[in-house]
Amino acid sequence: MSALRQGSGTLFCDPDVDKARAYFGSKKPQFASKLMTAREAIERFVHDGDYIGTGGFGTNRISAILLHEIVRQRRKNLGVAGHTMTHDFQLLCAGECINRCDVGYILGLEARGLSPNARRLIQSGKVELCEWTNAALAWRYRAAAMGISFIPARIMLGTDTFEHSAAKQVICPFTGKKYAALPALYPDVAIIHVHRADPTGNCQIDGLEVADFELSQAAKHVIISAEEIVSEDVIRNDPTRTRIPATIVDAVVEAPYGCYPGNMPGKYFSDEDHIQKWMEVEKDPATFATFLDEHIYGVKDFYEYLDKCGGLRRLIELSREERMLPLLGIKSDGGAA
Amino acid sequence: MSDFNAMEFMIVIGARALVDHSIVVVGTGAPCAAAMLAQKAHAPNLVVMFEAGGIGPRMPQMPISVGDSRTFYKAMMATSMNTVMDACSRGRVDYTFLGGAQIDAYGNLNSTCIGDWKKPKVRFPGSGGANDLASLCRKTIVMTPQDNRRFVEKVDFITTPGYLTGRGAREEAGLPPGTGPYRVITDMAVMGYDEATCRMQVQSIHAGHTREEIVKNTGFELLFAKTIETTDPPTDQELEILRKEVDPRRYVIGR
Repeated sequence: MSALRQGSGTLFCDPDVDKARAYFGSKKPQFASKLMTAREAIERFVHDGDYIGTGGFGTNRISAILLHEIVRQRRKNLGVAGHTMTHDFQLLCAGECINRCDVGYILGLEARGLSPNARRLIQSGKVELCEWTNAALAWRYRAAAMGISFIPARIMLGTDTFEHSAAKQVICPFTGKKYAALPALYPDVAIIHVHRADPTGNCQIDGLEVADFELSQAAKHVIISAEEIVSEDVIRNDPTRTRIPATIVDAVVEAPYGCYPGNMPGKYFSDEDHIQKWMEVEKDPATFATFLDEHIYGVKDFYEYLDKCGGLRRLIELSREERMLPLLGIKSDGGAA
Repeated sequence: MSDFNAMEFMIVIGARALVDHSIVVVGTGAPCAAAMLAQKAHAPNLVVMFEAGGIGPRMPQMPISVGDSRTFYKAMMATSMNTVMDACSRGRVDYTFLGGAQIDAYGNLNSTCIGDWKKPKVRFPGSGGANDLASLCRKTIVMTPQDNRRFVEKVDFITTPGYLTGRGAREEAGLPPGTGPYRVITDMAVMGYDEATCRMQVQSIHAGHTREEIVKNTGFELLFAKTIETTDPPTDQELEILRKEVDPRRYVIGR
């Protein structure tokens, strides 16, 4: 099958399935506890230059805790799959951690507007971009998960998105129809936040999976942060609910509220005030640098950040908001109703 | 007839475009409000999907994000982007709503950049799911203010396919037949596309606006249907549902 046309973008990850098979064949199942701190997980599994994929959807069920740690450890020259990245992209741009990006959706925070700092970084030309779409990235993970080097799809065709991608156009050998051939995407590391995990890495996700089922299978290493660590029995008593199995997981980080200021379905709603604060402080680089010193570089861990953002009282409010309960007497100003 | 603002009018027109027993993929904001209004006003069997994986929710309030927990509240299914995009690719999805920084006469959309792609004056988020949905859903509806910086002769970057260069171009490119731009709803008019040329064509003008005003606010040569009607204004019932049930916090209609 030869390509009719191809985009001019750079292919950041090798779609060679046999190299991938050799790697996956060498990854033996491990059932000892993989529990570790966020710091240790990033130290061990995320290295300068790695290509990472992040789970969830922008502000929803993202691993803010692990992304903070990447910024704090000052990782550089990372590649990233911009598969609806919003606050997660904002974090990696805050640390200037990335130098290449497959674009699905970046820079924006949906209806909240565009991140001023991420926009400055991208418009500076310091990050090499390759254009794709959200479905293209999800399907590229799927191809990788299937162990095939590309997947045909009827998207991107006829557009500049295709011209600035690394996709190729092919003809179906059965029907003669044109397809965009999307190359398998094998990230070095997947960073995924889940509701529950056992110490070996079996994970349950409540609500939308987005593309995390495929991402977890496509990635060479999988780091999980979990709202709650449960016993292996909790998983094995209800195996229908396991979405990511221990066999593909490398690290498990206990991370209650680890998605803050994002929305963790069923647990807590997004902190829109704090997200607005990010947008505000990003307008001026000096103000933003001070903000980052105070909230990321100068804190010992994510929980010190949560304390700075209102701590337990704020989290209780967000938990009530998620469940659409009245606020009752708990207010972050400390007063009772 | 009550007073209403331009956003309320656009949402009402968007809702009317959605037929009962059909499937629509929406984003947040006005499209979501239009779909919710349609369900409550005339299309109780309309299925709403979100690209992050929410299918058929009974939304208690307007979502903030396409992937937040409101998008699958009491839903039929909370699933994945692949499941929703697969449904689009399989031909199950009738409508989608999209927007962009620029749109041309063929309905091509730009949400990538202003200026040269290599050194853009302004960089935007990129396709997100827009290219996918416009490629695969049957009818694409755009809701946007009429403004000649948005309605341009040539978009700086075709992020998302409209009719590309005209009739037959989508099929030639390999996009599924029977898909493409369907309506453009603005604060001044409702537009469709001329069958022979696939160029944007005014179908009706909202009361209080004129043909000249629309031409002035469009950066390309706009076609006009043989008979131009006045757009039916929102009914009291539509406005009441929109204000009391769909968006009581005025999150979208207050903009």
